Amino acid sequence: MNNHSATQLSKNQAAHKVKHISLMLFLRLGALPFIMLVALITFTIVADNFLTANNIANILRQSSYLVIVAVGQMLTLLTGGFDLSVGTIMAFSSVVGALTMTWSIVNFPDAIVLSILLGIVSGVLSGILIGTLNGIGVAVFNVSPFIMTMGMASVGFGLALYMTGGVPVYGIPMQFSDIFGYGRLLGVSTPVWIAILLSIILFVLVHKTRLGRHLYAVGGNIKAAQLSGINTQRGLFRAYVLCGVMAALAGLLMTARLDTGDANIGVQFPLESIAACVIAGVSLRGGIGRVENVVLGALLIGVFKNGMNLSGVDSYMQTVVIGALLIFAVVMDQFRLKLLAKAA
Amino acid sequence: MLLEGEEVSIDSVYHGKKKGIAAVFQEFSLITQMTVAENICLGEENKHAFAGIINDRQIRKEAKRLLEHLGFDIPPNRIVGTLSRAEQQMVEIAKAFRSRPKVLILDEPTASLTNQDAQKLFTLINELKAHGTGIIYITHRMSEVYDLGDRITVLRDGKFIRTLDVADANESILIKLMTGKDIQQIFPSISYNPSDTVLKIDGLTTSSGSVKDANFFCRAGEVVGVAGVIGSGKSELLRACFGIEKAKSGHIHVDGVDKTNANTRKMIDSGIFYVPSDRKAEGLLMMQSIKDNIMLPALEDYSNNWGCLIRKNAESNAAHCIASDMEVQPLDIFRNAGTLSGGNQQKIMLGRSTTTHSRCFIFDEPTVGVDVGARASIYLFIKRLCESGASVVIISSDISEITQLCHRAYVMHKGMIKAVLEGNDITEQNVVSYFIEREEER
Repeated sequence: MNNHSATQLSKNQAAHKVKHISLMLFLRLGALPFIMLVALITFTIVADNFLTANNIANILRQSSYLVIVAVGQMLTLLTGGFDLSVGTIMAFSSVVGALTMTWSIVNFPDAIVLSILLGIVSGVLSGILIGTLNGIGVAVFNVSPFIMTMGMASVGFGLALYMTGGVPVYGIPMQFSDIFGYGRLLGVSTPVWIAILLSIILFVLVHKTRLGRHLYAVGGNIKAAQLSGINTQRGLFRAYVLCGVMAALAGLLMTARLDTGDANIGVQFPLESIAACVIAGVSLRGGIGRVENVVLGALLIGVFKNGMNLSGVDSYMQTVVIGALLIFAVVMDQFRLKLLAKAA
Repeated sequence: MLLEGEEVSIDSVYHGKKKGIAAVFQEFSLITQMTVAENICLGEENKHAFAGIINDRQIRKEAKRLLEHLGFDIPPNRIVGTLSRAEQQMVEIAKAFRSRPKVLILDEPTASLTNQDAQKLFTLINELKAHGTGIIYITHRMSEVYDLGDRITVLRDGKFIRTLDVADANESILIKLMTGKDIQQIFPSISYNPSDTVLKIDGLTTSSGSVKDANFFCRAGEVVGVAGVIGSGKSELLRACFGIEKAKSGHIHVDGVDKTNANTRKMIDSGIFYVPSDRKAEGLLMMQSIKDNIMLPALEDYSNNWGCLIRKNAESNAAHCIASDMEVQPLDIFRNAGTLSGGNQQKIMLGRSTTTHSRCFIFDEPTVGVDVGARASIYLFIKRLCESGASVVIISSDISEITQLCHRAYVMHKGMIKAVLEGNDITEQNVVSYFIEREEER
């Protein structure tokens, strides 16, 4: 009898401890690790080919584009804005890059490397162009990021369609897609390497440099930043330009994968990149967020999409799930903030 | 909590109003895009609505009647955003009066009223009192306590200290109750060794019109006060020296070099630092660490030349030194600024000003919303700065700060400098007389 109640007690204690630890983890890390865990377990059970080396490599490759766009998006979110034109930037850079490559390969059929280089440079430049316009609008003319980037999304998308007549651009040098779309290094595909590289660069930029600190200051309290002698306009401007560059690079990588320049490649990215950031705890009011979490957030969306595909969830329903996931994550985050406030 | 002998718990403003408690706080609860009448009836439009459709004419009529009764001369169809601060205050008061409350709470209601309007308010308060309304009047102005109050309750650091009858109170008793110390104990005496002029303002008029034709200077080794009511232009005068307010005419010199309309970075680099009064709106990054907050203006000094990488160790060490100098508690520089008390937040903002080799420190309301302990250490900090040869400017609506700390003082009213007082002439009476006298001219 005594023995029995003693084990009961220690069981209770253990349960209590687990509860306590998971609560502490939740408070510290947010809902993201828990959702990730639940998703991984669920999909492993439902789809037997989910947890295979091959599929994990797949998830990483499929997510790499979103990772790149999301860490770029994070820069604008840190300043308290956002960029709704990332999808358009991808499309625009894809179309411009592809047109440049096909033009160059037609005129200089032997200079393949040159044409690829020209394509990449022109694609990135087109991203910089839209990013610059966004930056000028937001930083200099004080247009709200919502209007500015939504307007630019329409402008860029229209231009991309106009340049191509709405038809995908074919005739990109094969090597471009061989290297940047399907290439592998040490068994890991190129887009994944590039996503890792860019994430590291952005990590250093955001967490180790003056510019990064300025972005946090602008988003945290723009007045305080000004009174500390920080050029807040320059900070805002750079955030949008860099976001444009990241989106353009993702657009070029997609172009390589699809082997065509297409004005329709980025449609879901504005929502998904903001979702990845918000799920990762980046504040929409600015000033809060970490790059490594955003990478995780983008991967989570990748896991959901891949897992749902394997378990045969209808593709239209997938959109529903992604939207619901975003809202659920934010609700959990609000709940966490409330608990934190109570604990403090 | 008991209301008319009954236990009540009030969980919303609406609930409180229904029970007969109304309040006017320092932070306005007005919606600036709406008209005066709409604001006054806000939340209780139902009384003038038929089937959910609001009767605008009725609302205007009621607002007009109320304003007339109170003796406030404000047209009910004006947009609140276009009113002056004093007029907005009147609308706020009218809004609270509307529900004929049993208990009316007024939090520093005269802070932005002219003397004339304040007198009107006092008459009203007495009238209400005679009609059986209980008034809780929160103020730091001693004279109002004597004129209006029957009993005084003193609070300090959120704790109840004592309640006494006005007849039994005098200034020194109250100050002792409020601060827990004698005046001499909080305010250090600061030695006066003026040397070169650091900051000089000649005939400054700002483009917003908040400052008109002002002359001002401050020298190394002195503490200069700038006094005035809210909206007198006392902050704007010095904000113009920090690139936040644009000068229309006039000149600003730092060490004899013309710096008129230089931007904030340039002013910081030339040795000026302005610490704003509003910690939340302009001062701190609440969600970021103490270290990040302190080091914000000086990141350039703590990063590598080539890649702009921040030298984290040097930065943390410097932040730790400043935080411990300023006696920030708890001394954990990685804590979020938002989790600290008002006093500690203020210390962080003040500490920030020492990161940039400044020689002229401008502190706007340096002890607003700060507990007594922090206040004393902030005054010691000012003493240290001044005696080490810096120039300190204190902008304050706390008159004792001006009278007890400053070697020279400027008194401002309606954007103009009305008096420059020196040494023993800086008395509470002198300072106050300059803004009251002018108010009556109106």
